[in-house]
Amino acid sequence: MALNDQVDQLPPKGIRPPIIGPGQTLGTATDRIAGIVLTKHTPIFWFAVVAVSVGIFGILNTAIAYLLGRGTGIWGINIPVGWGFAIVNFVWWIGIGHAGTLISAILLLFKQSWRTSINRFAEAMTIFAVMQAGLFPLVHTGRPWLAAYWLFPIPNTMGVWPQFRSPLIWDVFAVSTYFTVSFLFWGIGLIPDFATLRDSAKTLVVRRIYGMLAMGWRGSARHWNRYETAYMLLAGLATPLVLSVHSVVSLDFASSIVPGWHTTFFPPYFVAGAIFSGFAMVLILAIPFRALYGMQDYITLRHLQNCAKVMLATGMIVAYAYVLEMFMGWYSNDRYELAMVHNRLHGPYSGYYFMLVLCNIIIPQSLWFNKVRSSPLALFLVACVVQCGMWLERFVIVVMSLQRDFLPSSWGMYWFTKWDIATLLGTMGFFTLLFFLFIRFMPAISIFEIRTLLPQSKVKE
Amino acid sequence: MSNKSESNLNLISVGQIKPARLDLEAVRQKLASARGPKYWRTLEELADQEAFGELLEREFPRQASEWVDPVSRRGFLKLAGASLALAGLAGCTKQPMEQILPYVRQPEDLIPGKPIYYATAMPFAGYAHPLLVETHEFRPTKVEGNPNHEACLGSSDLFSQASILDMYDPDRAVGITYKGEGRPWAEFLGQIRGIVQYHKANRGGGLRFLTGATSSPTLGSQMKAIQQIFPDSKWHRWEPVHRDSVRAGSKMAFGGSYDPIYKFDAADVVVSLDGDFLSGSWFPGFVRYARDFMSRRKDPAKGMNRLYVAESAPSTTGAKADHKIVARQVEIDKIARALAAKVGVAGVVAERLDAEHQKWVDVVAADLMAHKGKCVVVPGVFQSAAVNAVAQAINAALGNVGQTVTYIDAVEIDPVDNTQSIRELATDIAAGKVETLIMMGDVNPVYNAPVDSGLLPFGDFEVEVDDPKEAGKKKKETRQGLLSKVKTIIQLSIYKNETTDYVTWHVPETHYLEAWSDGRAYDGTATIMQPMISPLYDGKSAHEIAAIFTDQPGTSGYDLVRTYWRSQHSGDDFEGWWRRSVHDGYVADSAFPARQVSAKLTGLPPAAEANGLEIIFRPDPTIYDGSFINNGWLQETPKPLSRTTWDNVALISPAMADRMGLLGMELGDVAQSDLKKNVNKDHQSDALNRLTITVNGRTVEVPAWAQPGQPDNSITLFFGYGRKKAGRVGLETDTAHPRGYDAYSVRAAASYGAVGQVADTGKTWDVAVTQGHFSMDSREPVKAATLAEFTKKPRFAHEESEPADKETLYPDYREKDWYKQNAWGMAIDLNSCIGCQACSVACYAENNISVVGKEQVQRGREMMWIRIDSYYEGDPANPSVYFQPVNCMQCENAPCEPVCPVGATVHSTEGLNDMVYNRCVGTRYCSNNCPYKVRRFNFLLFADYETPSLKLGRNPDVTVRSRGVMEKCTYCVQRINAGRINAEKKTGPNGEAVRIQDGDIKTACEQACPTQAIVFGDINDPNSRVAKLKAQDRNYALLAELNTRPRTTYIAAVSNPNPELEKAEKA
Repeated sequence: MALNDQVDQLPPKGIRPPIIGPGQTLGTATDRIAGIVLTKHTPIFWFAVVAVSVGIFGILNTAIAYLLGRGTGIWGINIPVGWGFAIVNFVWWIGIGHAGTLISAILLLFKQSWRTSINRFAEAMTIFAVMQAGLFPLVHTGRPWLAAYWLFPIPNTMGVWPQFRSPLIWDVFAVSTYFTVSFLFWGIGLIPDFATLRDSAKTLVVRRIYGMLAMGWRGSARHWNRYETAYMLLAGLATPLVLSVHSVVSLDFASSIVPGWHTTFFPPYFVAGAIFSGFAMVLILAIPFRALYGMQDYITLRHLQNCAKVMLATGMIVAYAYVLEMFMGWYSNDRYELAMVHNRLHGPYSGYYFMLVLCNIIIPQSLWFNKVRSSPLALFLVACVVQCGMWLERFVIVVMSLQRDFLPSSWGMYWFTKWDIATLLGTMGFFTLLFFLFIRFMPAISIFEIRTLLPQSKVKE
Repeated sequence: MSNKSESNLNLISVGQIKPARLDLEAVRQKLASARGPKYWRTLEELADQEAFGELLEREFPRQASEWVDPVSRRGFLKLAGASLALAGLAGCTKQPMEQILPYVRQPEDLIPGKPIYYATAMPFAGYAHPLLVETHEFRPTKVEGNPNHEACLGSSDLFSQASILDMYDPDRAVGITYKGEGRPWAEFLGQIRGIVQYHKANRGGGLRFLTGATSSPTLGSQMKAIQQIFPDSKWHRWEPVHRDSVRAGSKMAFGGSYDPIYKFDAADVVVSLDGDFLSGSWFPGFVRYARDFMSRRKDPAKGMNRLYVAESAPSTTGAKADHKIVARQVEIDKIARALAAKVGVAGVVAERLDAEHQKWVDVVAADLMAHKGKCVVVPGVFQSAAVNAVAQAINAALGNVGQTVTYIDAVEIDPVDNTQSIRELATDIAAGKVETLIMMGDVNPVYNAPVDSGLLPFGDFEVEVDDPKEAGKKKKETRQGLLSKVKTIIQLSIYKNETTDYVTWHVPETHYLEAWSDGRAYDGTATIMQPMISPLYDGKSAHEIAAIFTDQPGTSGYDLVRTYWRSQHSGDDFEGWWRRSVHDGYVADSAFPARQVSAKLTGLPPAAEANGLEIIFRPDPTIYDGSFINNGWLQETPKPLSRTTWDNVALISPAMADRMGLLGMELGDVAQSDLKKNVNKDHQSDALNRLTITVNGRTVEVPAWAQPGQPDNSITLFFGYGRKKAGRVGLETDTAHPRGYDAYSVRAAASYGAVGQVADTGKTWDVAVTQGHFSMDSREPVKAATLAEFTKKPRFAHEESEPADKETLYPDYREKDWYKQNAWGMAIDLNSCIGCQACSVACYAENNISVVGKEQVQRGREMMWIRIDSYYEGDPANPSVYFQPVNCMQCENAPCEPVCPVGATVHSTEGLNDMVYNRCVGTRYCSNNCPYKVRRFNFLLFADYETPSLKLGRNPDVTVRSRGVMEKCTYCVQRINAGRINAEKKTGPNGEAVRIQDGDIKTACEQACPTQAIVFGDINDPNSRVAKLKAQDRNYALLAELNTRPRTTYIAAVSNPNPELEKAEKA
């Protein structure tokens, strides 16, 4: 398939690019999207990407096997910095996992029809990101084989329960609920498209597989009625979750007494940051995807621009939070908060802090310019920078606060190890692997919803 | 991964970092202008601004990754494969066939699970440290000071606390060897028989004995008997940390060899001339002295004693001084003479001093004169004989003799001048006069004998000679040392050491807990030492070896010791007396009587002149002379002033470091060596400059540590490290290189000072440091005031606002009657803490704490439950030092408790912050939320589950923590529970329940503390010691503003400066 048969063309000034490219019909849309899945000629680059990510996934498995064999001491954590890469990565991945459900549920409720082209893979992205995120809190514990079930309220003869006052328990519930609802939402949305694939499948095996996944969907009016009800209900359920998950995650920090963690504005700050990084991830995935698969007609400049605008808005909230953090540190006149501010600016990790300001505040300001918003390459680069910035933000919060808290005699440094890097890199590989498997075997763009965007489907009342 | 990819992690390139430099003048001015106490920890931060900033930066680029241990690919695959293959098989393991044997006859007194205590003593540098040993099912697990013994009154020091680990050391020598091959004891006896017969025939010509200092009466009598059988034999003594000058000084002052006994509780003014009586057991009587001295500083309202210190190497004694001057070692002599002249000692000429020292001398002399008979001058054991003589002469002149100091006959058996004795042996061997050499006890001349010029070393050595093949080139040749010239060498030692390579016969020695022996404490009180366990490694005691030469081969140590004491016992009922003495741990009324002395200084040499760079030698604060090299607890115990572990450092003054350009460190090498070694050495790891110290043409490479309070133009080296032969702890992991540097290699004439040169090698040395980070700014964890300030404002420790008593969102446990039975609390007197770390080591022993090793300490993962923070205040040339022991505070509003997701750390009804190890999943959230950072985490499997001998030594009442588990101080909850059970068993006269009495339960740290700085008890009982301490004005909570309501509180430090000198210092 030629990659560049569609080229982004800037519309005249003042006119927004369309949501869907010109000249699309019900047939072409269905064939193009289903074609990615049903084709007999899997593109070479797909094999290349999958091969690389399987390799990196192998690194992840190695790192975790070694971790289970030897203990968390293979990482750089110590006393005083008891949390390092693992928690940074956890918060980062969970943040990335925010955009999908936001796009699917909140934008659905707001009847933002442009969401249609990107919601399917954004949801997939969410699920895969939450899978990566969920790995860290488990393996970062000293005894994961016990943590795996002691953190759940499983009735037992000893009458021992988790401690519900601990924010880590809230995390367990928040993240597992979020994952469950997101997964259901995504799965339900896939049913009509699985039916399409079943109907277009050319071989029996494929037809049987998608037939099972389609759960007997026949597209009857009754089906559609129930489908819409379920979908809207789940959207309603998912909407508060988008806000709650990262709020709860932020409470891991906010409810402690560590200077730099103990802050009331963490929940909104974390949610804004999560959406910020989530949309950046959508761009990071969408831009190569539309280029590689020639999907510029379905994921148009309009989508990219909208994502950029959301990033700009949430980025400003995040920037405000940074300023507020410093201001409150100073305004509190508390010696530990002041020391925290001083440590951010002059401490041994101040380089990380300034990199974070650069990545998350300064560079995203370029999104004010239409030129940047209209250039997929520029958007891709900005999104990557933001992703780095968001990772640094969590590093700054987790490590820099712990590194110097109350008693100077206990101050210490934190340096990550090979295994820290291997685990972070490994989850990226695992994420990429899952995503490319998803593109190959499931409709990455919602076929039936795209149909509703076509001029043909507009019903005159 | 290649090195290249790792270097990509360095976010700041090394080249961009300039070495930070310190402007000392600016620092002084800054400090002078600062108001109120301003604490600092490292010198660089003192300089503040740029230098400090750069220091921070400097830590930044060293950011390599690590393999915690270099597991090979093969090893890893094996591990991965095995864990997969065996994952499901755990249940199918076939249990090995084992036979268990019950007691046929239950040993008397043994109740399984209940410890039995036996009194004994630990020989240390010739003196006996009286101990009470806790045994579980006849396995000694913990030693305490003998509470009934005057020499310690129940306290102990870190060496005796750690000695128990040595007994269980798997690296001890096992079995008798002949030239390295195993031989049975009977064959050894047979062979030695021949030698004994031979020497009997030649009256002992060529027969020599070499031991350390000893105060064992039995051994003394045995040696005497040997002397009679072999009149031409000789008994040499070599104690590397000897006290020759104390006796030489006594000879000069009194004409006889006496040991001084100080009575610090009777002294209002104490002057120390390098007399580090608060630093460690190398000062005989340290434990008792520390307690006596601090007994006069417990309640400032009732007056305090005053301590003046003139010291040549920073010590914990200097840290506790009210006034301290810093002088080079030879200058102390002049100061002593000036002081003597001032107080009117005849025959001493005052020397010219510089203004600061003169002022100090004037004020001290006036204070001494004002306290005649109630003051004492303490000379150091490492000082010259002249200083010792002059100091005792001052004591005599001031009428202190009999009041604050008495003199007794030397406690050591047949004291000799160590320097001479070892030199004599060396000369005789060189002259071929020695045929048989018997070395007993921890003597190791190959490692620690002085390297005198003109004498060969004991071990073989390398020399550089011209290469005959290539002109102008040198090649190394091995030459034979002294020991290679001796026909038969028999060595009796606990460990195989450097000397063992040269011996004919090596016999493993019993540990003091395994054998019968005896010894005398510093005051002469004798203790009959009883074994706790039969020898683990078939060891023999020195008595049993000596018995071979007195025609009693095969006689047991018990018989030898008992026979000796029977000969000493004049009354009847020997059995009753013997039982009483062994049981009590001391022979009643055996302390040496005070001698009447009259001082007349004779033969006082002229005062030495200070010239050149002074190199001074001191025993290591934790490893001592090297005999504790293989003791993990002591290796991991930080040196009190530098907080370094696992290495000895060389102390140089900050000003000198500045002059040499050492304060800012060269980074290039560190970053590169990190990459090469593939080990991350960043965290809590300091890259120190490697210096070359040259003394008399011999050189040693040392890591330079800029130590505040070190005199200028003087470098302090520590003994004990650089051992080439030691167990697995004493050598570097992996490489088996020696740890640290060998200070003996440049020590000539067994002296404690020399003149040398220093040069910077440009290389670095990574040292593991447990504390060393940065400024205290306004936080003031240690609150301190002078006596005058305290009198004016008794509540000076409470200047900041503190939260109200009930300010909490959480339920107040007190209202729920939680604490109505007992409420445990602790008060730590910062005035009394001398930073000796007996508490830390006692905690290791009591609580089965793991040793993690240098690499893990460098990562910041040491497991110490009670650490001692040290802080500096004032001028780096002569700072004030504060110690603060920090253990778990057992907060009533504990921040760690609500954050644990599984409830593994919970509050007890008695106010303890309990740690449930088997519930802990290891999220480490509790540690993050702990403001005191007293929680310790098992990042890896730190506990040794494999070594069988170590299993025996553990405290069976305390869980051995596995990996992935958080641990921390529990106020020795096992002791609390034992105390509660004991109390519950008792009933009052009317059958009512009995409360636990104050002092019934002692935590391990409290029990060990020589100065009783740590007091534990029930705060519900208003009459308890701890409640009374907490009621004091000086009592304050660390980080009280966080409203954690800690149960451990501190008693603020109060110093007692002389107003006159204080004025001068301020001016």
